[in-house]
Amino acid sequence: MTALIFFIFAGIAVFCAINLVAQTHPIASALSLIGVMGSLAILYLQLGGEFIAAAQVIVYAGAIMVLFVFVIMLLNAGAEGTSLQVSQFAKYLGIVLLAAFLGLISFIIQSMLPRTEGVVFGAFQGGTALDVGRKLFTVYLLPFEVTSVLILIAIVGAIVLARKEI
Amino acid sequence: MDFIILSLIKAAVVAFVLLTALAYLQWIERKVIAHIQLRVGPYRVGPHGLLQPLADVVKLITKEGVIPSHVNKLFYLMAPWMAVVLALISIAVIPFGPQITVGPVTTWMQLTDLRIGILFVLAVSSIGVYGVALGGWASNNKYSLLGGLRSSAQMISYELPLGLAVASPLLLANTLSFREMVAYQDGFWLGFIPRWNVFPEILGFIVFLIAGFAETNRVPFDLPEAENELVAGFHTEYSSMKFAAFFMAEYANMVTVTAVATLLFLGGWLPPFPEPYSDFIPIAVFALGGLIAIYHGLNPARRMDKFTLPVTGLVFLGIAGLFGLSLLVPVLKTILMALFWFCAKVGILLFVFIWVRGTSPRFRYDQLMRFAWVGLFPISMLNLLATGLVVALSSK
Amino acid sequence: MQNAVPLSWYLILSAILFGLGVAGFIYRRNIITVFMSIELMLNAVNLSFIAFSYALKRVDGHIFSFFVMVVAAAEAAVGLAIILTVFKNRETLMIDDVSSMKY
Repeated sequence: MTALIFFIFAGIAVFCAINLVAQTHPIASALSLIGVMGSLAILYLQLGGEFIAAAQVIVYAGAIMVLFVFVIMLLNAGAEGTSLQVSQFAKYLGIVLLAAFLGLISFIIQSMLPRTEGVVFGAFQGGTALDVGRKLFTVYLLPFEVTSVLILIAIVGAIVLARKEI
Repeated sequence: MDFIILSLIKAAVVAFVLLTALAYLQWIERKVIAHIQLRVGPYRVGPHGLLQPLADVVKLITKEGVIPSHVNKLFYLMAPWMAVVLALISIAVIPFGPQITVGPVTTWMQLTDLRIGILFVLAVSSIGVYGVALGGWASNNKYSLLGGLRSSAQMISYELPLGLAVASPLLLANTLSFREMVAYQDGFWLGFIPRWNVFPEILGFIVFLIAGFAETNRVPFDLPEAENELVAGFHTEYSSMKFAAFFMAEYANMVTVTAVATLLFLGGWLPPFPEPYSDFIPIAVFALGGLIAIYHGLNPARRMDKFTLPVTGLVFLGIAGLFGLSLLVPVLKTILMALFWFCAKVGILLFVFIWVRGTSPRFRYDQLMRFAWVGLFPISMLNLLATGLVVALSSK
Repeated sequence: MQNAVPLSWYLILSAILFGLGVAGFIYRRNIITVFMSIELMLNAVNLSFIAFSYALKRVDGHIFSFFVMVVAAAEAAVGLAIILTVFKNRETLMIDDVSSMKY
């Protein structure tokens, strides 16, 4: 059951990622990225990260990608035209080399990782909101405060960059 | 295997009841708004317009679904489907009552309980923005695009005060699951005041309701779909079943927001008075309603009411009798009492939604956004800070 | 154990997504799609963190992943504001055309 769910959602994630790279219209790429994020949230649930799965959907798929979709709609980005400068041979060679590289990496990871026990849904119960919150506000308090200052800087920067010059 | 069959039965019951309730919610809305505006509303199709939702469903299904030639077909067809699926999914974690034992089976009156139930509802409402944004963009029409963009910007702006207003009862109850949240609100102060979260968190409750109005695109925040401003906004180019899907998604969102407000603030299915006395309230309410209906049926204002009012009275008296009978059967008593209190609270909040629609004018778009960022967001943040301070000081 | 999935499969999936993100970043010309490939790379890294957090039975991986999400949000906001400014000045979204500082 765990393997079945893993294969289904990993397949959806890889399919959407290929779709992201291959589609010409940015809106189609944005929706494929939302598909990737959704299937990754399911995989996080399998690995016991329930709070992170919810945070992924709320923050990443529900806020950051909405921002992307807004910008694409506002700028009226159309489909990319064919470029005359990239040679077709280089493109196909690139795809083959990418596949070979990823296959090599997979083999190395598979053989290097020690034979620990596999992933079973429900084996790791330490990813609840309680555990994350406990660690976040005691051990990792300084990074937490620094990231809130970072967000404040980002807000001010985004407003300054994107406002209308009167 | 038992678990799967039980879940399927529960899902079928909830789906059937929810879809019927959505159709009749529309009837209630039209009647209430009509009576606020001193007219009658749907009256002819069936007695007092009771078959009007059926007529509407038949009309919407058999209407010709026109797909304009200039739209982006894939996203145009995907958007209403996405909106309605996401609106209906969040009902899965809403509990309607406590644990019941029917024969050999012991189960909760809930489809599933997640440890992160409240985060699940927030997540689904975050993704629900895409149905509106894509519907507006795919229609390839400047009014729809403006309506879709405004609506999605409004929805994500009001998600912030919504989340902060939700966080205050979470601080009090220390849990994210709905079951434990309702269990925290069990019991009475001084013997008769219920321990609901609304009494310490009245500001949070008001902020949650206002943000809920904005999340579901209801008046006074319905500029994105206003008929006289934007030619029906993002659902201008939709007809027949796709339009019905957007409509259903709006009502399902309304039901979800009111159900979550009841569970978080109003104590879910718990009665407002201690147990032995609160069992007689449903009987009293329905019996009183039945008697009033029969009394008015004796000399009615309209000829049709000579027939419909006594029938309504008898139906209400029958329901009162059913509640009275259930006092003798414990299983039935738990189910009926929990359902009565839950539906009463949700019904009152839905009536408030409809009442506001019939009464308030609409916000202008910049006033709306200013209200979210400059008004609701600081208030909900201050509420959260005050709650956190009180919890920290009182738990030393 | 019943039907356990080896941990290396999650890491391989993370590597594949990261590789596809790099491919999109290098190959695409529309600046918004390039930005989305960066987000894909960040998501792949998040999956790696959560997978190792499962293997070591600690929650610190979740917390680091949470920080990655926060930083990605800040970066997306500022990056999209920069894209808006570039569009306002150059009227184009293709990165090949923003080349006035080339030799």
